Amino acid sequence: MFAGVGRLIGTTAFKLSLVYMVASALFAGGLITYVGWHARRLIDEQIGQTLTGQINALADQYRLGGVRRLAGVIDRRTREPGAFLFLLQGPQGETLAGNISGVRADSFPTGVTLETVYQRLEEEGQQRSALVRSFQLPGGNRLLVGRDLEERDRLNSVLNQAIRILIGALLVFGVLGAFFVARRAIARMDAMTASGQTIMEGDLTQRLPVSGSGDEIDRLAVSLNAMLDRISLLMQGMKEVSDNIAHDLKTPLTRLRSSAEQALRTGRTREEYQAALERTIDESDGLIRIFNALLLIARAEAGSGADAFREVNVSELLSDLAEMYEPSADEAGARLLADVPPGLNAQGNRELLGQVVANLLDNALKYGLPPAAGATAEIRLTARRDGEHLSISVADHGEGVPEADRGKVIERFHRLDASRNKPGSGLGLSLAAAVARLHKGALRLDGNDPGLKVTLELPMAPSASPGT
Amino acid sequence: MLDVMRILIVEDDAEAAAYLVKALGEAGHVADHARDGLTGYGMAEEGGYDCLIVDRMVPKMDGLTMIGGLREQGLQTPVIVLSALGQVDDRVKGLRAGADDYLPKPYAFSELLARVEILSKRKGVAQSADTAYTVGDLRLDRLSHKVNRAGEDIPLQPREFRLLEYLMRNAGKVVTRTMLLEQVWDYHFDPGTNVIDVHISRLRSKIDKGQAKPLLHTVRGAGYVIRDGA
Repeated sequence: MFAGVGRLIGTTAFKLSLVYMVASALFAGGLITYVGWHARRLIDEQIGQTLTGQINALADQYRLGGVRRLAGVIDRRTREPGAFLFLLQGPQGETLAGNISGVRADSFPTGVTLETVYQRLEEEGQQRSALVRSFQLPGGNRLLVGRDLEERDRLNSVLNQAIRILIGALLVFGVLGAFFVARRAIARMDAMTASGQTIMEGDLTQRLPVSGSGDEIDRLAVSLNAMLDRISLLMQGMKEVSDNIAHDLKTPLTRLRSSAEQALRTGRTREEYQAALERTIDESDGLIRIFNALLLIARAEAGSGADAFREVNVSELLSDLAEMYEPSADEAGARLLADVPPGLNAQGNRELLGQVVANLLDNALKYGLPPAAGATAEIRLTARRDGEHLSISVADHGEGVPEADRGKVIERFHRLDASRNKPGSGLGLSLAAAVARLHKGALRLDGNDPGLKVTLELPMAPSASPGT
Repeated sequence: MLDVMRILIVEDDAEAAAYLVKALGEAGHVADHARDGLTGYGMAEEGGYDCLIVDRMVPKMDGLTMIGGLREQGLQTPVIVLSALGQVDDRVKGLRAGADDYLPKPYAFSELLARVEILSKRKGVAQSADTAYTVGDLRLDRLSHKVNRAGEDIPLQPREFRLLEYLMRNAGKVVTRTMLLEQVWDYHFDPGTNVIDVHISRLRSKIDKGQAKPLLHTVRGAGYVIRDGA
């Protein structure tokens, strides 16, 4: 039980609640003290003014009728309920009239309101405090008028008590509230930890509980859940990829193995063995190619290669590639047109970008020739500055890719049935997409009426000077 | 035709090394084998080798450290690094450590042999400082960028000229497609299919067409060679 309390006290929620409590107690106490101080000052000021009024009125009486008249007025006034305090003393300090004792009127300077201690005539020995003001009457008499401070002191004590009650209440409610909040937080955290444990044990379908209150813990849970969604999506993708890899690597491996096996079984002549071995080398070269492409994709997707980013002269790279593929296009009966303005630069990995454009051109030559003889076999390599982007596109006039299949052909090893009998690994567009993502760009497939237009969009190099 | 070369192989895979020793021997060279970087370092330091073939990941001392150490000792022997890490930046690291060439695994032996022979000291073969190369009656002038055969001018496009220049500088030696890609195009990626073959056949049609004796030959399973005589 004490361990439980210790755990509660240890929580951030508890500590925060306590800090809030202390802060609000200090604030409330300060506020009340401030109000009390002002009220006291106001009351004192008020009393001072009233005392001046009384003195002036009594001084008038004295002027009209001397000591006798004044003493009479004072006597009358002292009998009124809630009376002021009066003291009229002669030149030797003898009391002529009044309702207090224990003070000497001439011990106070005139014209100043002061706080003092006095005794009432009817209750000898009881010290009380009062605000008094003295006045020098002509003829050596002195008049002292005062007001008891009981009301003011009562207000003070009320305020002091308010502070004590307030702080006490805050303490009790604060500690209780802190325990409550901490317990709630602990309960939710425990639930989240439990879910996390299940997820770590391998159940990726589990999600962290969301209370629905939309508070910070909920927001954290929601974003962690979104992260888990992404992870499980990636895991699923990985699984599909490994299934595909298994399939597309095992097929050529099987061919390789059976060709070697067959040569061993039926080979008679040196030429037969030689042919079989050459087939074996061709197959393994194909496998190496697939393997390299997979590694490139994996590395591009893992973001490696980004550290090898440099300023790439895209115009030069594309022109060179067009020149490199031009004879091959020529041989295939196609025309390769390069529309690449000079001075286009991008921040990137030259080898990867080159590989991607080479793949696109290679694809266009393999799949982008018009099915009908006599149609224009034209492959167009275009580069454009498009606002903040640099778009590189390869467009052909082949059979194209149906719109519904365009997302699929980017997947690893996805080949449309129509192209299954043509050579190729089915990895070219996947690599293009991965490289596009690595460069924070995108890969787009559009129709080319007829044909296919593949566009690689890259962010422009920030240092590229326009118009060069 | 080529002088016998002494080659040191630093490779921890005994089988792969034995295969290399045998294949290099069949190609007319003499090869030694070191199992780890430290042994390789000692053997290379003693000298006498025309070329080193170094696996990047060998025990005791890794390949690049070994090459760096040898270069610090002033050893100038050409070095080819073999590595399972094929990334461009790995290649750059290898070259920076002092290697002369970098070949990713798995490689074709013909590729390795071609590179070894190109790298080793060229005796009686054209130097890169020469201003003109001659093979048979084919002459390439590096200053005027003119090519002629049997006194007749052959107009070439700039890239064709560089292709022929590289082939002629290494006349008599096999150059592979990858070497042409790297040296003539500066590409370290695979452009696929037969792009290089098409360029070579264009070049061949310009320099060999109508000639009784072809000079530009295809070496099956390896690459191309330009030479006078079969």
